[in-house]
Amino acid sequence: MTSPQAPAVELAGVAKTYRSGTTAVRGLDLTVHEGEFFSLLGPSGCGKTTTLRLIAGFEEPTAGEVRLHGTRVTGVPAHRRDVNTVFQSYALFPHLSVFENVAFGLRRRRVPRGEIAARVGAMLETVELTGLERRRPRELSGGQQQRVALARALVNRPRALLLDEPLGALDLRLRQAMQVSLKRIQREVGLTFVYVTHDQGEALTMSDRIAVLNDGRIEQVGTPREVYERPATRFAASFVGTSNLLAGEVAEVAAGRAVVVHGADGRIEVPVRGAVARGRRLELAVRPEKISLGRARPGGGLCGVRGTVTEVVYLGTATNYNVTTSAGADVVVFRQNAASADEVAARGDEVWLSWEPDHSYALETAR
Amino acid sequence: MKFPARRRFSPLRLYTLLLIAWLLLPIAVMIVFGFNDVHGKQNFRWEGFTLRWYTHLFAKPDLTTAALNSLTIAALSTAMATALGTPLGLALARHRFRGRGTATAVLFLVIACPDLVMGASLLSMFVTFDVPRGYPTILAAHTMVATAFVATTVRARAVSLDPSLEEAAEDLGATAWPRFRLITLPLITPGILAGALLAFVLSIDDFVIANFTSGTTLTFPLWIWASTRTGTPPQVNVLGTLIFAIATALAALAGIRGSRTQRKPASRAPRSADAVGR
Repeated sequence: MTSPQAPAVELAGVAKTYRSGTTAVRGLDLTVHEGEFFSLLGPSGCGKTTTLRLIAGFEEPTAGEVRLHGTRVTGVPAHRRDVNTVFQSYALFPHLSVFENVAFGLRRRRVPRGEIAARVGAMLETVELTGLERRRPRELSGGQQQRVALARALVNRPRALLLDEPLGALDLRLRQAMQVSLKRIQREVGLTFVYVTHDQGEALTMSDRIAVLNDGRIEQVGTPREVYERPATRFAASFVGTSNLLAGEVAEVAAGRAVVVHGADGRIEVPVRGAVARGRRLELAVRPEKISLGRARPGGGLCGVRGTVTEVVYLGTATNYNVTTSAGADVVVFRQNAASADEVAARGDEVWLSWEPDHSYALETAR
Repeated sequence: MKFPARRRFSPLRLYTLLLIAWLLLPIAVMIVFGFNDVHGKQNFRWEGFTLRWYTHLFAKPDLTTAALNSLTIAALSTAMATALGTPLGLALARHRFRGRGTATAVLFLVIACPDLVMGASLLSMFVTFDVPRGYPTILAAHTMVATAFVATTVRARAVSLDPSLEEAAEDLGATAWPRFRLITLPLITPGILAGALLAFVLSIDDFVIANFTSGTTLTFPLWIWASTRTGTPPQVNVLGTLIFAIATALAALAGIRGSRTQRKPASRAPRSADAVGR
């Protein structure tokens, strides 16, 4: 790996409107560093695949520019860009053997015969497909096809690999196994991965950094931990993991924290950035696993909200409590079934929800 | 294919055998009467076995000419229709352009139009523009009809292809021509072959359109039609038998090749390294 700060892929104000009039991407600014596993995460139709196609060169942006390793590539056709793509459908050439599929890019670049054989062989070994060289794609399982697609792209030693939901067609078990091996391969070859997915679990598991996309815009860019623990927007909070959204009026602001009143007696302290006016309505979020249940009002500077248990869902390793707060918000509390397996509350019980002030976060109000 | 052989009698088995027999009966009659030792003009009654018609196959020069006309017209019109129809079918499948709907409709019209109407209108067109009828006009008519068939089969094949295949080839460094030659062309080849086969069969079989556009030129069907008034010689049966035999051999060859690629393709890819050469 080279210096971690060298940008592999840069998007500057990139927008794409199709001739049909649909706008897929509305001005993206993004920097993917060399050697980074970078995910574009968002629901279908958020523009993540279009973004990938803009980098690959299958689409040209209607505004802004794409730079690969510092060089502007606007107008450079896909076959001259030093990136390779793993397609969602794999797009393996059905009439060619596994070997020929993987060798395709090397032959196009007139790599000498002996070197082709060596590189294809080594690559098939990396993706654990040795011995299947002569098979046709349709004779392989889904997972094997996926690895051929990966090998076909990687063997060219591109400066960045673009992956468009490559695990989408696999079943859950295989997907989890492939997540691990993808991450391993990425580490081994030290290559920049730009990974498109709608699966937040996948993005959190594999990525160095994630960009959360919605409606052609970036909602947040950060490490998996940042995106999960500190979602910047309402969308990011609800799309990545489960979030409990609570709202209330700001009663006081001091030392980077706002005190929000929720319902008749709920009191929530939440870190805020910049100035927040008193009396303003503020929306905030708390993850289900950060909340504790209790009978009494919590003390010691903890946030506290009163509510009624509406449902208790036993999950084996944990129990989910659905609670409706005194102000009418629905909250999910996730509690590990640790040493004491007893339920701390039953349906219909009055409870106090409490959590550390640092575990809730204010959301940017709608743009 | 993989079902265990069932020796037991079943109504379905009997039905299938009867159906095949019914389909093959006219062909069997044609073959048998090619060996008929006839002495009169009519070849309708069995008069004994002979190989005379095989040894004197080309004894009737005008029949030979007609058969050659049919074969060369079929071959040439198939070649031209394939060359014209393949890009047309690809364009219709891949691109959205002005006149695409019209082009599709016209292709459909050519296929759906009754031969009589097609033949009659072609004749009036050739007469109007004072084109002398003969070999070239039959060839032109057959090429036109066959182009529609080739374009349609190629289009059907091309729309079923994953568009990301070509993108993948581009992504791997292939420019336009290698993309076509190495990826698109091999993948639409079944469509091209199906269209070419249809074109050839339709041309060699055609009587109606040729009857309108032939002038004084005779094709095999036209010659047979003319001969029925005086008596069809057994050489016609022999030529028919030979054409049938060649067609059967070709179909069997294709079948064997096809089943081999499907059953154990792993065993027949040894030289694939050269298949995609530079």
